[in-house]
Amino acid sequence: MKLGSVTLFGICAGAIWGTVWMIVVGVLLMLVSGLTTQPPLGMAALTGAVMGVSAFLIFEKLQGRAQIVVLVGLSGLLLLVLTAAQPFGVPLTQVFYQLIAWIIFAGLLGTSLLMGLRGYTGEGVSRYRFELLVIRLLKGLGFVIFTIVVVLPFYVMVMTSLKNQQSLLANPLDFSINLSQGAASLFRSYIELFTEYHFGTFLTNSALVSVLTVIITLAFAVPGAYAVARLRFKGQAFLSRSILLIYMVPAIVLVIPLYAVFSQAGLRNSLTGLLVVYPATTIPVALYMLQGYFRGLPSELEEAGLMDGLSRVGVILKITLPLSLPALASVALYVFMIAWNEFLFAFMFLDDLEMFTLSRGVVSLNSSEVPRQHLMAGAVIATVPVLALFLWFERYLVSGLTAGSVKG
Amino acid sequence: MTTPKPPTHRGSLERREQKLAYLMLIPTFLIVFSIVLGPLLANFWISVKPVELADLRPAKVMVNESLRPRPKEDGQEVTLRYRIRNSSQNDAIENASFTDVLPAGLTLGVMPSGCATEGQTVSCELGDLEPKQRFDIEIPVVASQAYLDAGVRPRDDKAATFGSSQNVLTSFEFTTENFTKIFNGPEFWTVLRVSMYYTIFGTLGALVLGLFAAQLLNTAFRGRNILRGLFLFPYVAPVIAVAFAWVLLLDAGPGGTFNALLMQMGATDSPINFLGQRAIPFSVFGLNLEFPMALTTVIAFEAWRYFPLSFLFILARMQSVGGEMYEAAEIDGATPFQQFWSISLPQLVGILSVLFLLRFIWTFNKFDDIFLLTGGAAGTRTLTVDVYEQAFAVSNLGAGAAVAVVVFAVLLVFALIFFKFSPQDDG
Repeated sequence: MKLGSVTLFGICAGAIWGTVWMIVVGVLLMLVSGLTTQPPLGMAALTGAVMGVSAFLIFEKLQGRAQIVVLVGLSGLLLLVLTAAQPFGVPLTQVFYQLIAWIIFAGLLGTSLLMGLRGYTGEGVSRYRFELLVIRLLKGLGFVIFTIVVVLPFYVMVMTSLKNQQSLLANPLDFSINLSQGAASLFRSYIELFTEYHFGTFLTNSALVSVLTVIITLAFAVPGAYAVARLRFKGQAFLSRSILLIYMVPAIVLVIPLYAVFSQAGLRNSLTGLLVVYPATTIPVALYMLQGYFRGLPSELEEAGLMDGLSRVGVILKITLPLSLPALASVALYVFMIAWNEFLFAFMFLDDLEMFTLSRGVVSLNSSEVPRQHLMAGAVIATVPVLALFLWFERYLVSGLTAGSVKG
Repeated sequence: MTTPKPPTHRGSLERREQKLAYLMLIPTFLIVFSIVLGPLLANFWISVKPVELADLRPAKVMVNESLRPRPKEDGQEVTLRYRIRNSSQNDAIENASFTDVLPAGLTLGVMPSGCATEGQTVSCELGDLEPKQRFDIEIPVVASQAYLDAGVRPRDDKAATFGSSQNVLTSFEFTTENFTKIFNGPEFWTVLRVSMYYTIFGTLGALVLGLFAAQLLNTAFRGRNILRGLFLFPYVAPVIAVAFAWVLLLDAGPGGTFNALLMQMGATDSPINFLGQRAIPFSVFGLNLEFPMALTTVIAFEAWRYFPLSFLFILARMQSVGGEMYEAAEIDGATPFQQFWSISLPQLVGILSVLFLLRFIWTFNKFDDIFLLTGGAAGTRTLTVDVYEQAFAVSNLGAGAAVAVVVFAVLLVFALIFFKFSPQDDG
């Protein structure tokens, strides 16, 4: 083994990985088991640094699977020695969870060193090869940090909804789930929301408003998009350019006049009011997305239909629409998402419990009288349908998102 | 010989096509006009009117009817009393009147002036009612056994009331007070500055995070689709859910998970009030500076919630770049970072600038996020939150609309810049 700039890099990378994995695994151990641990970050960094140097030796002497086995095994042993058999700042008597966490830490550290340093010997390399090494480290850290930052709020949301206020206040780090209490007790917040807080009604209202918004939007936007994409008329260029401008008008500017007019017209505290406002804000988006897609369809097919005696409407119904099903699906999903997640108008317009959509209903839980696990259970109820739909149709939604929308 | 010219008039086929196009666009045009453009104009109107939230309930004639005393036997003479009241404290009602249907079995006596009867229907002209004015109209009636048996009271059938009142929204009374009030307000320039900070840093944060995430997922590996789906979660989930999750996560009181974690790790001694503390003072080289805590947290939330969108666009753009250029660069000995700076970034400039401008405008328009996280407290009040505060918390619709006009004006400036520097369609 030769020493060089890569050796130094190995030490740094090892120390970074040791610290990162100790934080991640230590925090996970705390959250899952409810143990109060004191992760020894310094010792973990030292373990990582030593292993970072040793990795080059291991690569040189060993082949194949032996590399990873030795890396992981040595990492685990070294941590155990350095922390005086208290790998997470807790005596080994807390056996079960700590054992698992210890194995996970060693596994993760060993794997990331293998993937991060493999193919190098420790001596200095060209700038090109050195940058590859840096990129490996940055990418690895990026994956870990991004995943944690994205997942953490959702994890806290779900776990809080399954706990109760007293235990959360006593130890806010304890997200362990006591499975022996039975389903009825575990999901008590959810059951109470549906039986006492009218969440069944809110769910129905949200579903109703969102689905109707999708239908109305498509009914308006499909003919409009077709006209803009295919037919020639005065003002076409102006129109296709100004659609996006409408999309830039902030909702907050519309709220005051709409509030004033809807109050006097008796539309304010009603789902009908929402069903007027939501499509108006989604139609321009839908129209813009659809006309882009319609333009991409070969017009020869439609001309053939016209030659064969179909009317324009017939062409749209029998040729254009069947060809644009993927686009319709993505627009429908996107509009559904906007309507389901909409907060401002629901918050301003709805006063009566029977009218609340989920967004409005969850806000009404945000008071000191309602325990916070109820608030989080409400948030989960609002999130699950739209996330499930999104995961189910991810392909469509992703293409829809990129097709025409930068809205949020 | 005349040279052939293209036809200058529209043919019948062309006219028919144009008619069809207009027909197909009319519904869209109508709804967008009435819900978006109409209110936009109405907002200007409201901003120059002295209108409060309470003015939205128009002055109404209130009629309360009762029989006194309550009839107990057949043929008893009692009095039917109508209590008339103008519901408004400020507005008069002109040409007020009401009509009321009485239950069967009541025989009406002499009618007071202004009132007439037709069968069981009583109708009275009340003339003009002053604000807050109230008075009674009394009519003698005789109750019969039929009335007593039916058990129906006169008030079971409410009187229908009529009358026209001055509505401040439709009157021609104007004021510039709303604008002078907001421009002279102590907070206005702070609010504008906070708005700009929030918009600029929120947009940049979302773009930089999106660029990073796109770099991570640009290479093929197992589980890439799962990670891509996961990275979109913050954007797809409802804002109320994620905002409240952040509020609970960052809670500074007992039960706040993130602060408990920091203290357990030894990163801080006392809980940090991420969303409630306006500024944390610190000094560098003897300079006393302040770190805007709550504003930073709100900006971090904005970047967290909207990075998925820029990530998607940037990823799509990166995957459409061919590999030849990178191969050529490899042969020329360019290192990975050099390739990123000299090939990837220039390719992405188009989409990045489009994203920046659009996100900039959308972040500026954002209301929900800050409203749910801090309610505009602790130095996070942006212009959009100020619209809500003025109009609905202070109940001054006119002032709220005036702030909304400012929002719109700033936006118009952005839009002009956007169109001036708009690169060729790159998305």
